[in-house]
Amino acid sequence: MEFFWAFVVGGAICVVGQLMMDIFKLTPAHVTSSFVVLGALLDAFGIYDNLIEFAGAGATVPITSFGHSLLHGAMAAADEHGFIGIAMGIFELTSAGISSAILFGFLVAVIFEPKG
Amino acid sequence: MATKEEQQAYAEKIKPIQPKPPYIINCLKAFLIGGLICLIGQAIQNFYMAFFNFSEETAGNPTVATLILIAALLTGLGVYDKIGQFAGAGSIVPVTGFSNACTSAALEHKSEGLVLGVATNLFKLAGAVIVFGAVAAYVFGMIRYIFQQMM
Repeated sequence: MEFFWAFVVGGAICVVGQLMMDIFKLTPAHVTSSFVVLGALLDAFGIYDNLIEFAGAGATVPITSFGHSLLHGAMAAADEHGFIGIAMGIFELTSAGISSAILFGFLVAVIFEPKG
Repeated sequence: MATKEEQQAYAEKIKPIQPKPPYIINCLKAFLIGGLICLIGQAIQNFYMAFFNFSEETAGNPTVATLILIAALLTGLGVYDKIGQFAGAGSIVPVTGFSNACTSAALEHKSEGLVLGVATNLFKLAGAVIVFGAVAAYVFGMIRYIFQQMM
């Protein structure tokens, strides 16, 4: 059952992105940027956690979860260190994603040759 | 150079003869591929939870890292671009699209050298996501923190 909801919710989020691209003629960069802001906004109201509980990877794999993790790390550090914690914790949870994107992106670019 | 009014007039003029994107087919494709990527993500997440003692909360991190590795490799092999042509947003919205943006930008500028080409351009496309994410998280974090203090 968790696979079913991961498929449906993840697919539905992608459909929203597709509609933004087709109807409002947004570029992929605009769509992903809006989705990250949207994810952070949903987390600010505590909605995104419920979605993750419900859909599992259907909510953690789309880029909206990046915004959610940014705010989550910031708030966790803010509980501990106060105002300054927001800056300290902002990349705490997303570190795995960003550092692996840098590492693997660099390695692949070094090893492979551009196609086409 | 055409003035802005002329450009707008031209855009209005060609609007009726521009091909309309096939909305429903595009959405179906995006739904299928996007859902499939999340399905794979769920399988990877279950794998990490079963064999490496990650909880449901913490399993998201290695899952995202694994998907990023897969997407980077597929980009290097030239497969991800083919998926992207078919799936549209279905391959852009998942975190694999973020990895694809990093890797493809770096690959594209490889001929300019490792420092000025690969390293400088790695975040050329994907940087917008990090900038907007960090700014939004900062602003919303401040607002929520102030609310928490007042309550």
